[in-house]
Amino acid sequence: MSVVTIERKVLEKNDALAAQNRLRFRDRGLFVFNLVSSPGSGKTSLLEQTIVELRDRLRLGVIEGDVQTDLDAQRVARYGVPVVQVVTNGSCHLEAQLVQNAADQLDLDGLDVLVIENVGNLVCPANFDLGEALKVVVLSTTEGDDKPLKYPAMFRNASVLVVNKIDLLPYVPCDIEALKRNARQINPDLVIFETSCTSREGIPAWSDWIIQQAAAAHA
Amino acid sequence: MHEMGIAASVVDIVRQYVTDAQAPLVRRVHVRVGELAGVQTESLAFCFEAIVAGTALQGAALDIEHVPAVRACRGCGERFGDGAFLAICPACGSGEVPFVSGSELTVSELELDDEVETPVDDVGQVAGAR
Repeated sequence: MSVVTIERKVLEKNDALAAQNRLRFRDRGLFVFNLVSSPGSGKTSLLEQTIVELRDRLRLGVIEGDVQTDLDAQRVARYGVPVVQVVTNGSCHLEAQLVQNAADQLDLDGLDVLVIENVGNLVCPANFDLGEALKVVVLSTTEGDDKPLKYPAMFRNASVLVVNKIDLLPYVPCDIEALKRNARQINPDLVIFETSCTSREGIPAWSDWIIQQAAAAHA
Repeated sequence: MHEMGIAASVVDIVRQYVTDAQAPLVRRVHVRVGELAGVQTESLAFCFEAIVAGTALQGAALDIEHVPAVRACRGCGERFGDGAFLAICPACGSGEVPFVSGSELTVSELELDDEVETPVDDVGQVAGAR
């Protein structure tokens, strides 16, 4: 018997493709973020309100990831932005190859910001690099303030936390200060926004942050 | 539940190595799985066995090394593992405590049986490759 050391990263294929995607986005000065959350937290609603807020100021494009259907792409397309739907057929997360294929179908030179809406899942998407500049995790008040502690990887790997559905705070047992404290225990560097897609509270502040990021990527 | 894809990547890496190096039969595959890698190891072992069944790698043992998540404090140098997701140093209270290990997900070693050749197909690929 003999032992050979090979030291190969299991996700090296995905990582290499993600690096290609990142280079492609950077070359164009395109700001790309990966929008992650559990199902039903309001990722698509947030995206709709963000488009309404920004469509006269930035050229947005969207890649929609879902296990099945193109319902989300239909919703986003109504706002007149270019969108590509990726159907994973059961897979629990997007991978860099799927994003590369989807990006091929978009005119990247005609965009300032590309949003990748991941499959609704607070676990697996944390571990797959897609080539984005950063991850934005959405957590809604109806999910409870303990989620950052229960699903730490997602909050550790994200740069931004959007606490959504704040209009429901009077009706749900969610302590938003505890939620933010729990999130910061996991990741002290998180930038936190609070939004409601119904009242539109917080949407302008969140959108301004996107404008700043797009300007920095473009520089 | 993406361990099937992870297991398939492990098997691809082993097959590629064996094909390129014309290595003898693989008896053991040593993988390192970090606590933060998001991989359920029982499920990985099950998927690995299912994928290699009926191929030249059938019977190879998957040897899984767990790598704990460890943080190191930038302020005082304290290293701590328990409850490593909480980003506060137990010694000095600093919040500057990056992880120094725990994200590993690698195929690190292969044990080869020098007495036995790996069966290859007529194009030199490891038999049973997808």
